[in-house]
Amino acid sequence: MSKNSTILTTVLTIALIAIGVWIGENINLLPIDASTNAPVYDELFKVLFTIGAILFLGITGLVLYSLIKFGRKPGQKGDGLAIEGNLSLEIFWTAIPAIVILFVGIYSYDIYDRMGGMQSLGASGHEHHAMNSNNKVWGGIGSSYSPGQTNKNEVLPPIPIEVTAMQFAFLFHYPEGDIISGELHVPTGQPVTMRMESKDVIHAFWVPEFRLKQDVIPGQPTILNFTPTKAGRYPIICAELCGPYHGGMRSTVVVEDSEKFNEWFNKNSKSPNLNT
Amino acid sequence: MTTIPQLNKDSQEKGSEVDEHHDVRMFGLAAFLIADGMTFAGFFAAYLTFKAVNPLFPDAIYELELPLPTLNTVLLLVSSATFHRAGKALRTNESKACQKWLLITAALGIAFLASQMVEYFSLPFGLTDNLYASTFYAVTGFHGLHVTLGSIMILIVWWQSRSPGGRITSHNQFPLEAAELYWHFVDGIWVVLFVIFYLL
Amino acid sequence: MTIANTPLKESSLQPKGWFRYFSFSLDHKVIGLQYLVCGFVFYLIGGLLASAIRVELTSPISDFMPRDVYNQVLTLHGTIMIFLWIVPVVNGAFGNYLIPFYVGARDMAFPRLNAVAFWLIPPAGLMLISSYFITGAAQSGWTAYPPLSITTPAAGQIIWILSVLLLGGSSIFGGINFIATILKLRRPGLKLMQLPMYCWAMLGTSILVVLSTPVLAGTLILLSFDIVANTGFFNPNLGGNVIVYQHLFWFYSHPAVYIMVLPAFGLVSEILPVHCRKPLFGYVTMVYSIMAIVVLGLVVWAHHMFTSGTPPWMRLFFTIATAFIAVPTGIKFFNWVATLWGGRISLNSAILFSCGFIINFVLGGITGVALAQVPFDVHAHDTYFVVAHFHYIVYGGSVFVIFSSIYHWYPKVTGRMLSENLGRLHFALTFIGFNLCFAPQHWLGLNGMPRRVAEYDPQFQLINQISSAGALLMALSTLPFLWNVFESAFKGTIAGDNPWNALTPEWLTSSPPPVENWEGEAPLVSEPYGYGVTQAEFEQSSISTYQEDEHQ
Ligand code: HEA
Ligand code: HEA
Ligand code: CUA
Ligand SMILES: [Cu+2]
Repeated sequence: MSKNSTILTTVLTIALIAIGVWIGENINLLPIDASTNAPVYDELFKVLFTIGAILFLGITGLVLYSLIKFGRKPGQKGDGLAIEGNLSLEIFWTAIPAIVILFVGIYSYDIYDRMGGMQSLGASGHEHHAMNSNNKVWGGIGSSYSPGQTNKNEVLPPIPIEVTAMQFAFLFHYPEGDIISGELHVPTGQPVTMRMESKDVIHAFWVPEFRLKQDVIPGQPTILNFTPTKAGRYPIICAELCGPYHGGMRSTVVVEDSEKFNEWFNKNSKSPNLNT
Repeated sequence: MTTIPQLNKDSQEKGSEVDEHHDVRMFGLAAFLIADGMTFAGFFAAYLTFKAVNPLFPDAIYELELPLPTLNTVLLLVSSATFHRAGKALRTNESKACQKWLLITAALGIAFLASQMVEYFSLPFGLTDNLYASTFYAVTGFHGLHVTLGSIMILIVWWQSRSPGGRITSHNQFPLEAAELYWHFVDGIWVVLFVIFYLL
Repeated sequence: MTIANTPLKESSLQPKGWFRYFSFSLDHKVIGLQYLVCGFVFYLIGGLLASAIRVELTSPISDFMPRDVYNQVLTLHGTIMIFLWIVPVVNGAFGNYLIPFYVGARDMAFPRLNAVAFWLIPPAGLMLISSYFITGAAQSGWTAYPPLSITTPAAGQIIWILSVLLLGGSSIFGGINFIATILKLRRPGLKLMQLPMYCWAMLGTSILVVLSTPVLAGTLILLSFDIVANTGFFNPNLGGNVIVYQHLFWFYSHPAVYIMVLPAFGLVSEILPVHCRKPLFGYVTMVYSIMAIVVLGLVVWAHHMFTSGTPPWMRLFFTIATAFIAVPTGIKFFNWVATLWGGRISLNSAILFSCGFIINFVLGGITGVALAQVPFDVHAHDTYFVVAHFHYIVYGGSVFVIFSSIYHWYPKVTGRMLSENLGRLHFALTFIGFNLCFAPQHWLGLNGMPRRVAEYDPQFQLINQISSAGALLMALSTLPFLWNVFESAFKGTIAGDNPWNALTPEWLTSSPPPVENWEGEAPLVSEPYGYGVTQAEFEQSSISTYQEDEHQ
């Protein structure tokens, strides 16, 4: 390669990376982040978006450039260059994706860990409502103790909630106040542990603003932990095809500050002993 | 430039035309058996996962009786050997011996099916009793289907090998060899099945 | 005649004339075209169903069709597009037409089995579609997850299972035939590493077919027992386990995605060198990367189950394995770009669709790698982000390649050229319509629109309408294509035997080829990609044409 084209390639690569980083930083494709999980997720998203943008623009650019530069002009005859391969180039573009993939893999493992995905469920100490104790419980992303939370010392005990999914509704049961509700109420800043079970077919509990989804499976309870951070009303969406009204199987999660939440809780609670 | 010597080499191989064709058919059958084996592999994997993930309720545990299935295993293993003898006899042009061994093999296969039936009727559980019962019947039934098919194939091969100038001679061994490969395969599957369902 | 493998007599006994396309022909070329035309008819039906989906989704309420009908349409769309269009066409159609040429044989290894494999398809397809009119089609999606598939009306689901079993059988027969043909029927003197790339792609694909399709068959048999015999394999009320079904299903259906795309990779590898007038870049690494994809493809299935409550170690393993498929796939993409580089590219419809494929597939692949990351997937799973991902790959990838291949091989099959102008119009409409339809769906998914719904949050209406407009463009784009194909068959300029000056064996015979494929002996093509000139010659030809241009 001549000196000029080396410089040009370097400049173009840097420009490409800069554009990719700019895209990753500035184009927001996600809804607001309303749980401790969400900022962590968004961080991963930015990285993936940046890498994806660089690769996509790079390859598309190369293809378009080749078509223009090497396109056959009218009247032009003859073949292209007889290059059958180039070992060092081929090693280069095996290595680059491999490194990128390794990096992404390790990074997303770290993210996953920070979301609490690697936390062993048996040891998490949430078994205080040990119905069905011989049944293994699955699931469990979204730790209540993620480092995304600022004040580790002040971590509040998680609120247990039992979720029942059926065609075509979610039911939320708060064992501590024996409340049954069709709408999920949770306070900001306090972890929530949901134990979910389905009565009929597979459903899935999804709150886009929390960046969390977990299938609700008949015959196999699943666990989902999260800590809401921003007050508001967000949709709960069933994300697994569950029958004709699957599209209508929605509910709302109401995130409010702890005072308002306590108010709601006390109003609906059937037992007076409140331990929040 | 390298093409010319190769072409020469090929013209020397011309004599083996029939064999080559023959090979492809056996090759195809082997590929099919790999596919068939994957069906069983899927069933076995399902059974093992069921067993690992959905533990039985204490009172639902049953021990499968071993004598009959062990007899079945022996029957099939012996039948593999007798089929092998039939093939050998065909290659050495001993048509009578070949027919004899084929008949013995078929008889062993049918005996296996009969004994499997006896086992089915003496089992304390039915198809829909529980997950294990269902898997047990589905997999042994699917295997039994293979044995039935195999026995019919053996009988057809036997029938065809009876007339001296008939379809199956030492010049056209394909039907016999195909049936033999298939039969060994069905036996092999049974051994795995036996280990997984009866011994584990 | 030395080539032992060819049941010559049988194919020459076959009917001649147009009628042979409706007969139990044993000629691999006829069977290939039968696959192609049959597949295309199902594509139109599947596209009609997709159009119905897109019409329903122009408004946030369920108004165009009843909700259960929506689910039936959705299930039929997915099933038809995968099992009756992409799989039979990229494998059966092009495989049957090309593989015997490429290995230098006069027919496939098992012509009769080949015909049987094709003739399983139309009845299976008709059965599947007729279930909609008779009892109502299956409505649990193309994945047919129990317990939903056990509790929805049984008749439709059983018909669905039966037809998928038939199609699976057809595909296994085809796979066995391809493996035997490629490995055993090679013309004497032709080495494995001299085979055109499509042979390698088909070998890899057929290995996947043979290893994974039977597992789907077994699984569906168990599912049908649950439906008709009241067993409880996948029925939690009877002690069954629904997750086991998902493992078994994806053990087939993930490899199935490579069954849909590896042959397309092979076809692109044939098309690019011819129109770039350059050797295929990196033949050997291409072969190894195909085999790597085959091996990895068998051990990544659980990335479809990240929210099904799989244990953490499992999620981790499948994340890494899945993401690593990007490495061999990436090698192929960079090799294609390097094939374009320094070429003398004819910008015809075949090349346009192939380059469209590269661009679309890279985007789909990148979203795939994102989806492979567990923490990313827990948000994006079962949303329109996934719908966008796989349409970028199956449509932007496989379907673009099918069109590219039709532009490339049409002259071979018919002896006439297609119109370039109509081809370019077709490309422009398809490319714009496709991106308009599926690009916005990424945003929809990330912002909260789940898939498989007939009604949705009104805030998404505008984006959905844009997407539907794109689908309309795609539907329109089939018109110039169909017109082109029909008109050119009668009025197209005569192509001559080898209009592209290609070197692969199918071009070294007449167009259309004779029943025996070649008059006389099959040619030995040891360098299927032997195009190209030296740097000096290349520069010379560039300069001389510029001078010519100036004179004009
Ligand atoms: C032909 C079909 C096809 C193909 C080839 C692929 C290819 C890939 N798919 Fe896709 N996929 C589907 C069809 C396909 N998929 C379908 C139909 C579904 C939905 C099923 C359903 O639920 O109904 C699905 C769903 C699906 C999921 C599950 C999503 C969910 O439901 O939550 C995942 C997750 O991992 C995934 C990942 C991938 C990956 C990593 C690849 C990789 O093979 C892609 C590799 C390619 C590239 C990456 C591009 C080229 C590479 C480079 C340029 C090198 C550099 C790149 C990097 C370093 C990143 N796919
Ligand atoms: C494999 C190939 C494939 C192909 C090619 C396509 C092509 C298309 N798909 Fe497909 N799609 C799937 C496979 C495919 N799809 C699968 C597997 C699913 C998942 C199913 C599930 O969830 O179970 C799915 C789901 C799916 C959805 C999600 C539905 C939902 O989740 O609710 C949507 C929505 O937009 C969609 C749209 C389209 C569109 C607009 C096209 C277009 O590209 C189609 C373009 C073609 C045409 C428009 C044809 C035009 C012709 C005519 C209109 C004339 C007709 C004339 C006669 C019949 C004589 N598809
Ligand atoms: Cu519940 Cu979808
Ligand atoms: Cu997959």
